[in-house]
Amino acid sequence: MDLTLKVWRQENAKAKGKFEKYQIKNISPDSSFLEMIDALNEQLIQDDKDPVAKEPVAFDHDCREGICGMCSLYINGRAHGPDEEITTCQLHMRKFKDGDTIVIEPWRANGFPVIKDLMVDRQAFDKILQSGGFISANTGNAPDANAIPIGKDKAEEAMDAASCIGCGACVATCKNSSAMLFVASKVSQLALLPQGKHESVKRAHAMIAKMDELGFGHCTNTGACEVECPKGISLDHIARLNREFLAANLMP
Amino acid sequence: MLKFLNSSIGKKFLMSLSGLFLLTFLLVHLILNSFILFDSSGALFNQAAHFMATNPIIKVVEPVLAIGFILHIFYAIILTLHNLTTRPVGYDKQKLGHSSSWSSRNMFILGLVVLTFLVIHVANFFWKIKFTGDELLEHGVVDGVENAYLLVTTFFIDWWWIVITYVIGSIALGLHLFHSVWSAFQTLGFSNQLWRRRLTLIALVVSIVIAGGFALIPLWVKISSML
Amino acid sequence: MPAGPIAEKWTKYKAEQDLVNPANKRKLDIIVVGTGLGGAAAAASLGELGFKVKNFCYSDSPRRAHSIAAQGGINAAKNYQNDGDSIYRLFYDTVKGGDYRAREGNVYRLAEVSNDIIDQCVTQGVPFARDYGGYLDNRSFGGALVSRTFYARGQTGQQLLLGAYGALNRQIAAGNVTMHVRTEMMDLVVVDGKARGIITRDLITGELNSHFGHAVVLATGGYGNVFFLSTNAMGSNGSASYKAYKKGAMFANPSFVQIHPTCIPVHGDAQSKLTLMSESLRNDGRIWVPKEKEDADKIRKGELSPLDLPEEKRDYYLERRYPAFGNLVPRDVASRAAKERCDAGYGVGSGQAVYLDFADAIGRLGKAAIEARYGNLFQMYEKIVDTNPYELPMMIYPAIHYTMGGTWVDYELQTTIPGLFSIGEANFSDHGANRLGASALMQGLADGYFVLPYTIQRYLADQIGVARMNTDEVPEFNTVKKDTKTLIDKLFAVKGKRSVDSIHKELGHIMWNHVGMGRTAEGLKEGIEMIKKLRKEFWEDVRIPGKENSINPELEKACRLADFLELGELMAQDALHRNESCGGHFREEYKTPEGEALRDDKNFMYVAAWEFQGTENPAKLHKESLSYEAIEVKTRNYK
Repeated sequence: MDLTLKVWRQENAKAKGKFEKYQIKNISPDSSFLEMIDALNEQLIQDDKDPVAKEPVAFDHDCREGICGMCSLYINGRAHGPDEEITTCQLHMRKFKDGDTIVIEPWRANGFPVIKDLMVDRQAFDKILQSGGFISANTGNAPDANAIPIGKDKAEEAMDAASCIGCGACVATCKNSSAMLFVASKVSQLALLPQGKHESVKRAHAMIAKMDELGFGHCTNTGACEVECPKGISLDHIARLNREFLAANLMP
Repeated sequence: MLKFLNSSIGKKFLMSLSGLFLLTFLLVHLILNSFILFDSSGALFNQAAHFMATNPIIKVVEPVLAIGFILHIFYAIILTLHNLTTRPVGYDKQKLGHSSSWSSRNMFILGLVVLTFLVIHVANFFWKIKFTGDELLEHGVVDGVENAYLLVTTFFIDWWWIVITYVIGSIALGLHLFHSVWSAFQTLGFSNQLWRRRLTLIALVVSIVIAGGFALIPLWVKISSML
Repeated sequence: MPAGPIAEKWTKYKAEQDLVNPANKRKLDIIVVGTGLGGAAAAASLGELGFKVKNFCYSDSPRRAHSIAAQGGINAAKNYQNDGDSIYRLFYDTVKGGDYRAREGNVYRLAEVSNDIIDQCVTQGVPFARDYGGYLDNRSFGGALVSRTFYARGQTGQQLLLGAYGALNRQIAAGNVTMHVRTEMMDLVVVDGKARGIITRDLITGELNSHFGHAVVLATGGYGNVFFLSTNAMGSNGSASYKAYKKGAMFANPSFVQIHPTCIPVHGDAQSKLTLMSESLRNDGRIWVPKEKEDADKIRKGELSPLDLPEEKRDYYLERRYPAFGNLVPRDVASRAAKERCDAGYGVGSGQAVYLDFADAIGRLGKAAIEARYGNLFQMYEKIVDTNPYELPMMIYPAIHYTMGGTWVDYELQTTIPGLFSIGEANFSDHGANRLGASALMQGLADGYFVLPYTIQRYLADQIGVARMNTDEVPEFNTVKKDTKTLIDKLFAVKGKRSVDSIHKELGHIMWNHVGMGRTAEGLKEGIEMIKKLRKEFWEDVRIPGKENSINPELEKACRLADFLELGELMAQDALHRNESCGGHFREEYKTPEGEALRDDKNFMYVAAWEFQGTENPAKLHKESLSYEAIEVKTRNYK
């Protein structure tokens, strides 16, 4: 496949960025999207016409199997590109056509500033979780694992919520850059489990306050996050978060 | 409580509550208006309008309704203004059509259209009935019941553009409601897979009934006058 | 190693060991490098105890660590299934699975704390799979006759890591742990013979910084990426362990590498990494190749669909060769058997693949049941390969997955440098020559939650009198920092023509062909020469674009590759010296007539710990002999 790439290039967090166009040839349709960018970078590094090596395109990636949540591109207008329930590293070139022009942009949100090219800073997510996204239990405190039975349905639903990989596609795709799906996935997971109930009020308060503080937008229930979430996390969890939060405030 | 109302969910909570309250008002309003369709003499409608204008309970609800509108509009502005700041650099290319409905993404615009319509509507009828009065209202007054029917129908019959404005306003309202019914319940925490389907269906029915109903009245009046 | 019967060693150790009082804990700094299961668990637990912890990771968040990609599950000797499991049996299976090359005392301790891990994780909110009654469910894994594996769909590693990450977040919020993300450890600082800190590079600004710690813990994972193509994350590297090795920490059993039998086969030259299909699939999937070479040939050419090949023309070679364990033989055995069939000309796909077939299981249990068990894995497969595994059998082939070798540690997980500890995959201790499935998660968490927080205190009890150092005033810190700067300058100065990746891929080919699944003395010698040559080429022809003082992934990769180019040679050297076949280490010269691994317990029942002697000199061998008191040493038999 031969492709034209329109890629966002930005030197650092303070610099002004712009799009650059690149031509790339002979990409196998079985390659993953990131392997295609690898090939672009290889071409940029080894471009013999240029005496000084051109800088390759910087992008975040690590596990390349859709679970670490590090990869993050906005491809042709969609978070993680044109396929359902995948991350960018799982996107394959067979989803494109020979001769296509592909627009590649970083996540765009106040909470996720660009630090170079296609890389963004997602520490805001860590900060939200640090504010309360855990069960306070020191190592060694635990009773026997089977001491608290948890119904299969509850456990499965908690697992659905817990499958969040923290990639930020929800924020990136939301027209308001809202982080509600991310926050909800954690609050909902822990609210569903008896172990997490004891501090669920405190947790919902703290995490929402932190989310608001970090400049994310308000959820207007458009539902785009759910569609673009690589793990298909449901809006039901946002409803549960709202429930937890309202209960925490109105029936303290 | 102040902290709660200042939080993002707190603000949306007020949006939802005020929105649902306004929805009940719309339903009552539509039922009363539909009397225009059922009785071409106008007596039924005039009775109802008179009742609404004089009943003490309604008098109490009226300012509450006004507060509902103000809250809904005020928080819509606050929330939207904030949401406009959350993506300082926009995307070059963004596709959202497959992942969210057009109306869900344009609630504020739809709200503005509805608001504009509302101002026209209030100026046309409510203001006259309530404050300034109009000679059409005085026409054929029976037992102190003013002829609101005549005021309304004359308006629609005389002015095509008023009819069109009302139809546009109704459609905008319908689209606004189509997203808002489920959305309000979602924000209040009342939704899951099952209820989401139910509420979306209810939203569809509600928005068609309300938008269709409000659009039908001026059209009906105008068209039947031409027959 | 404490004296006494094996079942009492750990209890006795804990009862007698020195502890640090709470007031003194606040005065002690501990550096933890890495935020995977081991690192996050250790940092969180040490923080809870009151130590001041500095935690480092190269990615943008602790949650990205590659432990997150573990799919299948975690072992524990709970015996919830009433199928005869016990601590002893888990210990026995692990030692046997490791082909009697693991240290008995460590493995027993691991089996002992395995149950605490499950309790701890459930309390943290890890949503393990459950039965309708609400109790925990289990599945089986290779090398065991009991069901002792706890799982959370195909995302067990993720859930366990997020549990540890939650505990870590709590300590970060409490101020006990300071987190440094996008920060890479560049070197270890040793002061007066003791590990006292590290030099890091800020991956955003390029700044080099010194960090002091009373002790340093490496939780930096394995070095499988020396093969370029592996199931590891792109950034996984062996540099922290290797830098420690160069500073005097011995490196044990570097050649013990695990090759996982069920990975998605390579698609072409552009491939950047391999994706694992969980071992749990072997619970229900049957592995086969065509019985006749002609059929294999036709399938490869696309003239024949595997669905059209009748049952009697299929060779379920694992069930044939190992009737007792069947498709659930340990990984090394399954991998070698696949390679044997493919090398003999029976492979499908590109010739380097075998089938993993679910038709039987789907027929027996229904598609819905299979989907519930493995849905996410099937989806993952379909996204990558573009065929539907519910209809066509999956194609799989072995790939590098885990490194049993690593930094040598004693019973306390301390390396040969006092004050330097190594936990999880980074150390060598528990898996011998082959690791059983679902044991890596167990070891990482055991070390991090329940072993290191105790054992490190014996060392630290002596350190309470040592004041925090001002790194600017300690010459050792400045020297190592300068060395790091020199290394970076040297890399930029080469200004050659080749990209880092092109050299790394070449190293990978050498390693796979010469230090891979089937090793020979001749091949290893040849491999060593090739690595030396490639290393020379790297330092003469590598091309690093960009700047030093900004985000520069090429520089990061080059620093890691520089270490891989030396570590690869050490692995080959270790493999060459070990004249036997055991576990993942298979020497073609040493096998039974049936082709099974042939151990030489008389001459090689030891841990090979290598001491650095200079980059161009062969490392020096130290032997830690292994003795088994609680277990009878036998030939591994899965028939």
